[in-house]
Amino acid sequence: MKIDHSLPLEYSTDENRLKILGFWIFLGAEVMLFATLFASYFILSGGTGDGPSGAEIFEITPVLIETLVLLTSSFTIGLMVHAMRLGRQKAMMGFFIATIVLGAIFLGVEIYEFVHYVHVGAGLQTSAFSAILLTTLGTHGAHVTFGLFWGICILIQVKKYGLTPRTTNKSFIFSLYWHFLDVVWIFIFSFVYLKGMM
Amino acid sequence: MEFFERFAIPHPSPAIYASMVAIAVVSIAIVVGLTYFKKWGYLWREWLTTVDHKRLGIMYIIAAILMLFRGGADAIMMRAQLSAPENKLLDAQHYNEIFTTHGVVMILFMAMPFIIGFMNFVVPLQIGARDVAFPRLNALSFWLFFAGAMLFNISFVVGGSPDAGWTSYFPLADNEFSTSVGTNYYMIAIQIAGLGTLATGINFLTTILKMRAPGMTLMKMPMFTWSALITNVIIVFAFPVLTVALAMGTLDRLFGTHFFASTNGGMDMLWANLFWVWGHPEVYILILPAFGIYSEVISTFARRNLYGYKSMVASMVIISLLSFVVWVHHFFTMGQGAFVNSIFSITTMAIAVPTGVKIFNWLLTLYKGKIVMTTPMLYSMLFIPLFTLGGVTGVMLGMSAADYQYHNTMFLVAHFHMVIIPGVVFAMLAALYYYWPKMFGFMLNDRLGKIGAWIIAIGTLVAFMPMFISGLDGQARRMYTYSEASGFGIWNMISMVGALMLAAGFALIVYNIYYSFRHAPRDIGSDPWDARTLEWATHTPIPEYNFATMPKIDTYETFWDSKKKGTTLFPDKIEKIHMPNNSGIPFIMGIIFFLWGFSFVFAMWIPLIICTLGIFACMAYQSFENDHGRYISIEEIEETEKELGGKR
Repeated sequence: MKIDHSLPLEYSTDENRLKILGFWIFLGAEVMLFATLFASYFILSGGTGDGPSGAEIFEITPVLIETLVLLTSSFTIGLMVHAMRLGRQKAMMGFFIATIVLGAIFLGVEIYEFVHYVHVGAGLQTSAFSAILLTTLGTHGAHVTFGLFWGICILIQVKKYGLTPRTTNKSFIFSLYWHFLDVVWIFIFSFVYLKGMM
Repeated sequence: MEFFERFAIPHPSPAIYASMVAIAVVSIAIVVGLTYFKKWGYLWREWLTTVDHKRLGIMYIIAAILMLFRGGADAIMMRAQLSAPENKLLDAQHYNEIFTTHGVVMILFMAMPFIIGFMNFVVPLQIGARDVAFPRLNALSFWLFFAGAMLFNISFVVGGSPDAGWTSYFPLADNEFSTSVGTNYYMIAIQIAGLGTLATGINFLTTILKMRAPGMTLMKMPMFTWSALITNVIIVFAFPVLTVALAMGTLDRLFGTHFFASTNGGMDMLWANLFWVWGHPEVYILILPAFGIYSEVISTFARRNLYGYKSMVASMVIISLLSFVVWVHHFFTMGQGAFVNSIFSITTMAIAVPTGVKIFNWLLTLYKGKIVMTTPMLYSMLFIPLFTLGGVTGVMLGMSAADYQYHNTMFLVAHFHMVIIPGVVFAMLAALYYYWPKMFGFMLNDRLGKIGAWIIAIGTLVAFMPMFISGLDGQARRMYTYSEASGFGIWNMISMVGALMLAAGFALIVYNIYYSFRHAPRDIGSDPWDARTLEWATHTPIPEYNFATMPKIDTYETFWDSKKKGTTLFPDKIEKIHMPNNSGIPFIMGIIFFLWGFSFVFAMWIPLIICTLGIFACMAYQSFENDHGRYISIEEIEETEKELGGKR
């Protein structure tokens, strides 16, 4: 393995560079996935049938908490990469753990939100609107859930092996993923909640 | 017993029971054969766990040929049923199932793996790479495709085949009208295979963008690699749409949502739109690599460099962009109104322009060339007129006002077969003949190959030209029979003759493989066609590391130049080579995905959860595994090179 010391560790080998580019392309595919969900959401958002519309069921408080928590987690994952580049493993792991904790809080609030929707009569089977709402949110939520487990796996490896080209590469790619989920959430916040509440 | 009742076929027939017996017999024969010849270890070490792009490519191609015969059997049954008016060979339900599986199998499990197989085999060699960017992911792609294909293929003996057409339009595909688990198979099997294809797209984009030999700029890439690059861009941007559509369809069928229902706010046209937003680019995923193959074959056997390299690239880029903005032409009659139809009519017809550019480029490559008429070249020469027939009728269909006459008639069926068979299938057969010596070290017999090519070409015309006529006369597609008074009988009988000719042509190819395996000479060297691109610069058989040292590229056809001018292609000294290790994980994940899909089809939730956990366990294992690959030492490389006739 040839290591190029002029680059940050996560970019330092050929394999690492390939993985980062590959992951960017994967994110391109993810953009299409969420774009399709958003397009379907816009088309079906009026299809409430006998069920409630968005304005009737959206609650601003949990949504604001979710937004705040997820945006903060994106900030902490940024700090994680910064600490990683400075070679400070403890600080890096600290920010990593903070990110995962914030992600878990987000997920908890989202689960509360889902329970609320079902409670007020907007379940998966109620109408096309409720189904696409829960599917869009659920796809994002499933990504966050996957991210939590993935993040923990990486964290264990950082703890075990330290900051190597391999572990830093994984952590960096995880940060890309996490930022991406944040971007998707901003779209959900704007075009699902704000638009729906207006 | 109640548990097992769900696996029964809702609509049995003697043919299906016979197939069950045949499947059981063949499976037992394979197991017994492998045990008797003690080949299990060989199979596991050399094939099931391999991450080598060449072996994966060959496995893709073998799977594609198997699926070609499955889809071909469907085709023969359909043509036999239609060959006479009011025929009673198949009933309406069987006919529905057969045209559905024929479409899905031929597009997704025959054409796609054929193309991806050649991409796997050829692209890393053409760009001078040792493997793809992510070899293990590549193996996973194959096993996901294979799991999806096998899941789809068992549908007709376990639980019933899908019967809503390969487009599976809602509300027909909803539980109300498609009561068997067939459409569940459709949703889930294609989902699994689609995940594999998406991974292939990411893998090959990274490979082509990052792993080209020193000096090979984008505009010095061989045309097949260009076509693969653009195809993979389309894959990455089109397949997620299918993922979402299939997931929504699955939710509708198994979880009682109303995405595509006509009640509770659902919209059935959303499925049609999402399906074709993926489906039309999919057409170009199939045809662009085929164009790439033709470009290689025509330039090799015209003994000329490809005419209009830049316009070839530009036309492919334009086609890939246009492919995303034409999807509505698949349902002009389904209520968009004149304005929307007009826009999509114009974008559709616009595709003929870049395609025409490519046709003229091939013709001008031939002009003043020293044409060598080998089998691959013959397929390419037959492709140009036949494909043009299919393409021109496509422009006819693209005129939205006129489409009201053609829509859902045999005219449409004739059109897309006339583009797919000469376009894609001829290209794959040309590629099979062209790359066979590189894959297996002997050539397929040229005389038998040419006879086969002519039989297939004439068979294509005989089978599909009559459909243009009966379609214009109003014969609807997907109808299992027609009256004698309609007068369609004669045209369908002619089609039947064509279908049998096609079957004979494909059988001849199989015989040719057998014949050449027995009789063909093995001392053909590494460049039997006197070809122009890098894949012919390495030895045959290709060593696992492809190239002992990296080739240095300075023109579009460096290998050709090095042969003509005697320049050195491989100036470097041998160094140790890093290679990835084999892994059983992709194969195991393929099996788990198969079981996952099977559980999902029958809504067996506990096995489904267990399989899901199994998949995540494999991913976690993969994450924690400390596999850094291995090195091949200089001595080892030198010995291999000496055995193969000296270092290049």
